[in-house]
Amino acid sequence: MKIPATKYPVERFTLDNGLRVVLTPDRSAPVVGVAVVYDVGIRSEPEGRTGFAHLFEHLMFQGSENLEKLAHFRHVQGAGGSFNGSTHLDYTDYFEVLPAGALERALFLEADRMRGPRLTEENLRNQVDVVKEEIRVNVLNRPYGGFPWLKLPPVMFETFPNAHDGYGSFTDLESATVDDAAEFFEKYYASGNATLAVAGDFDVAVATEMIQRHFGDVPARPKPVLPAFDEPGLTAERRESYVDRLAPLPAIAAGWRVPDPIGSFTDYLPFVVLAEVLTDGDASRLVERLVQRDRIVTSVGGYIGFMGDEFQVRNPTAFLLQAHMPPGGDSGKVLRVVDEELDRLATGGLAAGELARTQARMATHLLRDTDAVLGRALPMAVLELQRGRPELLNELPRLIGEVTETQIVAAAAALRPDSRATVEVVPGANQ
Amino acid sequence: MSTHTLPDLVPDSKIKLPKQLERTLSSGLTVIAVRRPSVPLVELRLRVPFGRAPLPRATLLSQTLFTGTATMSSIDIAAELQTVGGGLSAGLDPDRLLITGNSLAAGLDRMLEILAGVLTEPAYPSDEVAVERDRLVDHIQVAQSQPAHLARTALLKRVYGRHPYAVQTPEAEQIKGVRPAQLRALHADRVRPDGSVLVLVGDLNPEKAIDAAEKALGSWAGAGRDATVPPTPALEPGPLLLVDRPGSVQSSLRMALPALPRTDPDYAALQLANLVFGGYFSSRWVENIREDKGYTYGPHTSIEHLLAGSSLVVAAEVATEVTGPAMLETLYELGKIASLAPGEDELEQARRYALGTLRLGMSTQAGLAGLASIYASFGLRLDYLTEHSAALASATREQVAEVASRFLAPAKAVTVVLGDADKVEGSLTALTAVEREAE
Repeated sequence: MKIPATKYPVERFTLDNGLRVVLTPDRSAPVVGVAVVYDVGIRSEPEGRTGFAHLFEHLMFQGSENLEKLAHFRHVQGAGGSFNGSTHLDYTDYFEVLPAGALERALFLEADRMRGPRLTEENLRNQVDVVKEEIRVNVLNRPYGGFPWLKLPPVMFETFPNAHDGYGSFTDLESATVDDAAEFFEKYYASGNATLAVAGDFDVAVATEMIQRHFGDVPARPKPVLPAFDEPGLTAERRESYVDRLAPLPAIAAGWRVPDPIGSFTDYLPFVVLAEVLTDGDASRLVERLVQRDRIVTSVGGYIGFMGDEFQVRNPTAFLLQAHMPPGGDSGKVLRVVDEELDRLATGGLAAGELARTQARMATHLLRDTDAVLGRALPMAVLELQRGRPELLNELPRLIGEVTETQIVAAAAALRPDSRATVEVVPGANQ
Repeated sequence: MSTHTLPDLVPDSKIKLPKQLERTLSSGLTVIAVRRPSVPLVELRLRVPFGRAPLPRATLLSQTLFTGTATMSSIDIAAELQTVGGGLSAGLDPDRLLITGNSLAAGLDRMLEILAGVLTEPAYPSDEVAVERDRLVDHIQVAQSQPAHLARTALLKRVYGRHPYAVQTPEAEQIKGVRPAQLRALHADRVRPDGSVLVLVGDLNPEKAIDAAEKALGSWAGAGRDATVPPTPALEPGPLLLVDRPGSVQSSLRMALPALPRTDPDYAALQLANLVFGGYFSSRWVENIREDKGYTYGPHTSIEHLLAGSSLVVAAEVATEVTGPAMLETLYELGKIASLAPGEDELEQARRYALGTLRLGMSTQAGLAGLASIYASFGLRLDYLTEHSAALASATREQVAEVASRFLAPAKAVTVVLGDADKVEGSLTALTAVEREAE
């Protein structure tokens, strides 16, 4: 089946203060998505301040130059829209989706906090409490909390930026000060360190004028130098485990380093496809073998990037497999069978039609994601930020369709046991 | 330096419904096709009436529906679907079996053929059923370690008593006893076109899409069974039910309040009252317990609709140490919305939010498919979006206040708290009568 493509138009320009802008109009539904992405994430937070990038994301909603606390939320929702933000390893995003008539309001709100959030002791303490509850609900009070995105990096990586807990320790969060926040904003939240993307129902000339008017006088500041976070890969296998006192059943995650997602995109892309060949659906290799035939796992998933953001992550990152096991499950056996299947792929190649059907399904997933205005605004803002190539979003289904069997085989051959890091969840509930 | 002030909103244009067509086939299957060619895909939703179906068998059926047909294995089904960029999966709620899928637009006919095979010639092969049965047992065990699941289970039991909705997840032990022959029998008895609704949305020609569905599903036949569930019982507020989860670092607060179905003339007013109280971020309750007090991260309330009745559910995970204070603020905010009319400004803000989210919800293929399918299972069509928008636009402050006094009064709530009972019981007892769940 021929893989279709999208043709979303892409307009790019840069304001005098360095803010890079992407516009992708689509008049088919009366809605707009607005995304502002800053080039700072978990990897950039200082030692002793784990979780700070995420805490700071919360503070960006606590009022700004012309806005009291609570005003941002009320203005977005009172315009019929929704908002959120999220902190990733390499970037932090802020976004709104609204009825088309609220576009200028969203631009005003984003520009206002780009000029500067209102950083107060009271708001800081309040949001430290909120973030602690977020960590409790997502990590501490549930089984498999933080598995594997917080548990595997310290096994795979040596350096603080790559290995530390991005949600943060309560001690570090409680130690955060208003001065820390002011410094973090000053250093990383410069307009030249950000991108703005708008997708949906607007006229390009009108939106361009609005953006000039609202963002044009955001003062320029020096853009920070992007550190190289790279570190050497593993030279021998690493295996660790921990007891999860809430988990009733065992689980395991394995990670392997992959080529630079940006600098070596052509070498990287086959790993993205390989993850789907191995784990997308009942006809994929590892589901068929581990779940259906050997029955040694109850579910298995494969993806790239600890936050599942394979086209929005920088080097170093990892190819990840995670599997949940039945009672008494044997993680050693699961890993041996994974190795066997990787070997079988590396030596025997793919079956007829196997690659094409995987590529077709991947195209559906990609196209489906772009159907929502935020599914265009957000990735385009990040692609502009990290690659200067927002139009890559249109090209991905085709590029994925061009990955060859030879490339998949080579990728499978690269996932060797001796370069693998694994972490196992030992069930601590009902024991 | 120029000054910046909050820009005005450009008023919304009229809601424009997409091109759609509907046909009820001779088998009793209703097919609704909606054209939205934004991306070259199609979304598929099929809802089959499943009310009062035996829960363990129905749950396992939903997990084994795609394990094989007379001519295809589970792997064949998955691979053939993938070939057209497709995927299908099934789920269960207390009223319906729901099949969800999507594919490349050019793959619609093939996806429908495969679906037809699954519906008309299901095999439920013993080996595959055994695998899925074990997986479901493990899945249930994991669910039972999740506080959100445990709190919901306790709330449903308390709300529905002896009504069929009271239990929505089977016990692992019950699943272990289900045999393939029972799944085949249940399938033959209940997976029938009569009363089912198939929704197709996407880059399609509605006439041709319905023709394709009629051709593919022509052999799916059989009269529907009566799936009517008796009306849900009235809520019986009693003591707060405290469910012990020793060592829990948070308490899960859950309250159920009465609510109205979508078609009730007062429904729009109730939706607005719920928003003002706690139904979105900029509500009184969220601003209070999160943005002022820092007790919680993601408190939320929502109106849940089932065929036999609707309810309003209030949910928050709060730190163990502030369980009492969080309950105090919750009771206060409910009491306030039930006793005093909302302000004009906060009502207008909630109204614009409700109107805006309707538009956002219909802006994607998947969103439209979900809405069309859910509405259809309640006998409504997409034009409900227009009617409901009008009702939201015209609901008055007096109506909202009146509905809030009837539905949001804390005295009417059924309340469950799951947490470390020894640590939270004292502070809850200060506020209301508390009863511990029997061991």
